[in-house]
Amino acid sequence: MPDDKSGILPISRRGLLASSAATVAVTASPPLSAAAAAQTGEVPTESIRFTVNGEERALDLDTRVTLLDALREHLKLTGTKKGCDHGQCGACTVLVNGERINSCLSLAVMHQGDEVTTIEGLGTPGDMHPMQAAFVEHDGYQCGYCTPGQICSAVATLEEIRKGIPSHVSEDLTGGFAPTEMEMRERMSGNICRCGAYSNIAEAMAQVAGASA
Amino acid sequence: MRAFTYERASSPQQAARAVSERQGAKFIAGGTNLIDLMKIEVETPTHLVDVNGLGLESIEPTEEGGLRIGALVSNTALAAHETVRRDYAVLTRAIVAGASGQLRNKATTAGNLLQRTRCSYFYDINQPCNKRSPGSGCAAIEGYSRPLGILGVSEKCIATYPGDMAVAMRVLDAVVETVKPDDSTRAIPIAEFHRTWETAPEKDNVLEPGELITAVTLPKPLGGTHIYRKVRDRASYAFALVSVAAVIQPDGTGRFAVGGIGSKPWRREDADAQLRNGATAAARVLTQGASTTEDNAFKVPLVERTLAAVLAEARAKGNAA
Repeated sequence: MPDDKSGILPISRRGLLASSAATVAVTASPPLSAAAAAQTGEVPTESIRFTVNGEERALDLDTRVTLLDALREHLKLTGTKKGCDHGQCGACTVLVNGERINSCLSLAVMHQGDEVTTIEGLGTPGDMHPMQAAFVEHDGYQCGYCTPGQICSAVATLEEIRKGIPSHVSEDLTGGFAPTEMEMRERMSGNICRCGAYSNIAEAMAQVAGASA
Repeated sequence: MRAFTYERASSPQQAARAVSERQGAKFIAGGTNLIDLMKIEVETPTHLVDVNGLGLESIEPTEEGGLRIGALVSNTALAAHETVRRDYAVLTRAIVAGASGQLRNKATTAGNLLQRTRCSYFYDINQPCNKRSPGSGCAAIEGYSRPLGILGVSEKCIATYPGDMAVAMRVLDAVVETVKPDDSTRAIPIAEFHRTWETAPEKDNVLEPGELITAVTLPKPLGGTHIYRKVRDRASYAFALVSVAAVIQPDGTGRFAVGGIGSKPWRREDADAQLRNGATAAARVLTQGASTTEDNAFKVPLVERTLAAVLAEARAKGNAA
């Protein structure tokens, strides 16, 4: 079996024995190929270092772990929610280097050096982000499950409008874009709310957009 | 998801070699399509080569007066680029008609060209599918075929290319630049990049094993009115049933490509030549040879009607200008 000899970055892999998840065997080299791993029952892992909500974090992870599962299961930041786990609902939305993404469709190992902001990093109960405060004021939720993703997406949406990123409903592509209700609704279509709190979410966003305009 | 090993590529050439040297290796960039398919084990790579660090994120003018778009430019960055918005507006319109803001932030120019079909039988590993499992048959032809293809299809496969961006690139005559594992490069006109399903439907495009897209180039701007009209089951965040990308000149001539109907963005120059005779004439030529099922036969008249709406919009904008 050919081995990974790229040597681009120092890589440490550790093997987990399939029969006992708690038993860890550290193997310095050679790195495992996936096929070899399948034969031995060991799983390829990678080390990753990134910043989450301003704090430097280092993890050794199974390469399959998504950014979403790294946040929830490994860093215990359970504010970010797993809805569909396939990029269709937006509940897992977080900010990476200031841009919103679906954390369920991104591998944690691909975020070496990145700055991740989750709902916990936007604000706290005692010191809420203006968007969080507006969601509370306008009742922008019912069950609350999609809310962390909605708020992260809403914060990024206003920033995207400010930066001049066009949308499907922008009539003139050459000019600036205003935070109209149509613009905000279109740009939020990647966040599904099964309770149907959309009109209140739109009001919360309009308030923040007006306040910052 | 099946276990896989992972490496970060150091150069396009090294990435191409790394994928070609290992059975089951794949490139990963944005990952929005690949990781989704890995979770349901439609894709089962044994090794992933992460190409994100290769510095292919720039958009630059070419000597010919066109634009060279790096393979890793995100959909958002490409749609928002000032020159694209001004001179290639059909491309911006197509990109923002697709997916969601979150997905467009991660999806890349090269990766979007490689987006796999959204045929529900391709996604269901318990169903036969010649694209996923060659020789197993096609459950879609006798099944739920409403969203599926009518052109470039065969008795083996009726999958559509699902994207929007490539439909605009087809109208603009984009060229896909690649590097191969032996360090050679080639430039593939987008008309020849995606395949039809007469043979080997498991191969979506003409890339060879390990061949890596490095850029997409656009020829110099065409002028005219740029329109992308997408017909879908909901107003946002849904794949096209039919979409039309068009660049129409003030004299009524122009060019158009259609998405959502074929194995690839569908364009015929002899259909372009009919545009001055109206949507009925142009759509009739474009859909020549269509092979429909009971469920997707509606796409033939829908192409004509969508094109008619596009030409009406072009006339309205042309008169206003």
